[in-house]
Amino acid sequence: MTEWLLDGLSWLPLAGGLLFFAAGSIGLLRFPDVYSRLHALTKADTLGFGLVAAGLACRAGSLWEVAQLLLIWLLVLASGATACQLLARQAREEEGDG
Amino acid sequence: MAEGLFDLVLAGLLLMLAGGALYGRSLYTSILLFVTFGLVLALVWARLGAVDLALAEAAIGAGLTGALLFAALARQGRAPEGEFDLACRRRGLAAAAVLLPVLWLMLSSLAPLAERDSPLPELALAALPHSGVEHPVTAVLLNYRAWDTLLELAVLLLALLGARQLGSGRLDTARPWPQLRAWNAHLAPLLVLVGGFLLWRGSSAPGGAFQAGALLAAGVVSLRLAHLLPPLRWSFWPLRLLVLLGLALFLAVAAAGAWLGQGWLSYPAGWAKPLILAIEVAATLSIAASLSLLVVGERREPAP
Repeated sequence: MTEWLLDGLSWLPLAGGLLFFAAGSIGLLRFPDVYSRLHALTKADTLGFGLVAAGLACRAGSLWEVAQLLLIWLLVLASGATACQLLARQAREEEGDG
Repeated sequence: MAEGLFDLVLAGLLLMLAGGALYGRSLYTSILLFVTFGLVLALVWARLGAVDLALAEAAIGAGLTGALLFAALARQGRAPEGEFDLACRRRGLAAAAVLLPVLWLMLSSLAPLAERDSPLPELALAALPHSGVEHPVTAVLLNYRAWDTLLELAVLLLALLGARQLGSGRLDTARPWPQLRAWNAHLAPLLVLVGGFLLWRGSSAPGGAFQAGALLAAGVVSLRLAHLLPPLRWSFWPLRLLVLLGLALFLAVAAAGAWLGQGWLSYPAGWAKPLILAIEVAATLSIAASLSLLVVGERREPAP
C-alpha cells in the first residue's frame, strides 16, 4: 500500500522537475542576454534537479539511497550557484572592457 | 524501448558534441564542447557497464583534460588565427600519414573481437583468487598486465617532462572571488575524501589509482585557483620526489621480482595484495602530483 502510494506520489515532483527543465532550456535558448539566460538555467539546475531528486527519492530502495540523492543535490546546488556567479561576473567584466 | 531510445539519444548527442568540438567557432567553445563530450562519453561507458572506464573518463577525460586545455588556452594568449588555416591541409596529410598505418596495424588485433565470446574474461576471472585483489579490472591492470600500467606511468612522466620544456612559466590567475574561495575551500577536502575512497575501493570494486589521482589533482587545482595554496614550483624537490615515487616503486618491485623472484613483474605468492596496494598508493600520489603540476605548475622566471 505504502509502496503504491509513494510510487504515485513520486510522479508529482518528477513532472514538476521536468517542467522546470523544459522551461529552463527554452529560456536558455530564447532569452536575450547572459544574465537572464543564467537565471533560466540555474532555475532548471537547482529547482528542477531538486524536484527530480525528490521524485527519485520516493522510489529509492533504502534510506541510504535517499541520503546519496540528497548529497548529490546539495553538491549540484552549491556548484551551480558558484558557477553561475562566476559566469555572471565574467560577463560583467567583459562588458566593462568593451 | 525506452532504454533503446535513451541510448540512441546518447549516441547522437556524442556525435554532435564531437563535431561541435572539432569545428567550434572559437577554441574556448571547442574546449567547452570537449568537456561536455567527455561527460556524455562517461555516461555511455556507464550504460555499457564499464564503470571503471566511466569513472576514468569523467575524472581524467572530461575534468582534468578540460582544465589542462583551459590552462593551455590561458597561457597561449591571443594566437594569430590566420596561421592555423595555412597549415591545415598539411596537418591533415600528416595526421592521415600517421593514423592510417596505425589503423591498419590495430585492425588486425581487433579481429578477435568480431567473434562475440572472447576467452579473456573467463581467464581473468579464473585467475582472480591468485591475483591478490577481488576486482577483475584491477587484477588486469596491476597483475596480469602490470607491464602496461608501468609503461603508462612512464608515459605520464615523459608527458610531464615534455610539458615542462615547452610550457611558459607562469599561469596568471585572476584574484579569486570570495564565493569561489569559500566553495573551493569546502570542495577540496571532499575531493580528497572521494579520491581516497576510490583508491581504497579499487581492490574490490571499480576505482583505482588513475581515478583517485585525478580527483586528488582536481582538489589541488581548485585550491590553487582559489589562491588557498602557494604556487606549485617545478623546482620544489619534495614535489619532484612525489612525481617519481610511483614509477620508482613500480620499477623497484619489478626489478626485485626479476632478480630474486620468479621474474619481471611477477609477485611472490602471498605478497600480491600488499605489493599491489603499495604500488597503487604510490601511483596515486605520483599521478596527483604530475597532473597538478601539468595544470597549475609554475616556474620561476630566470632573472633577465
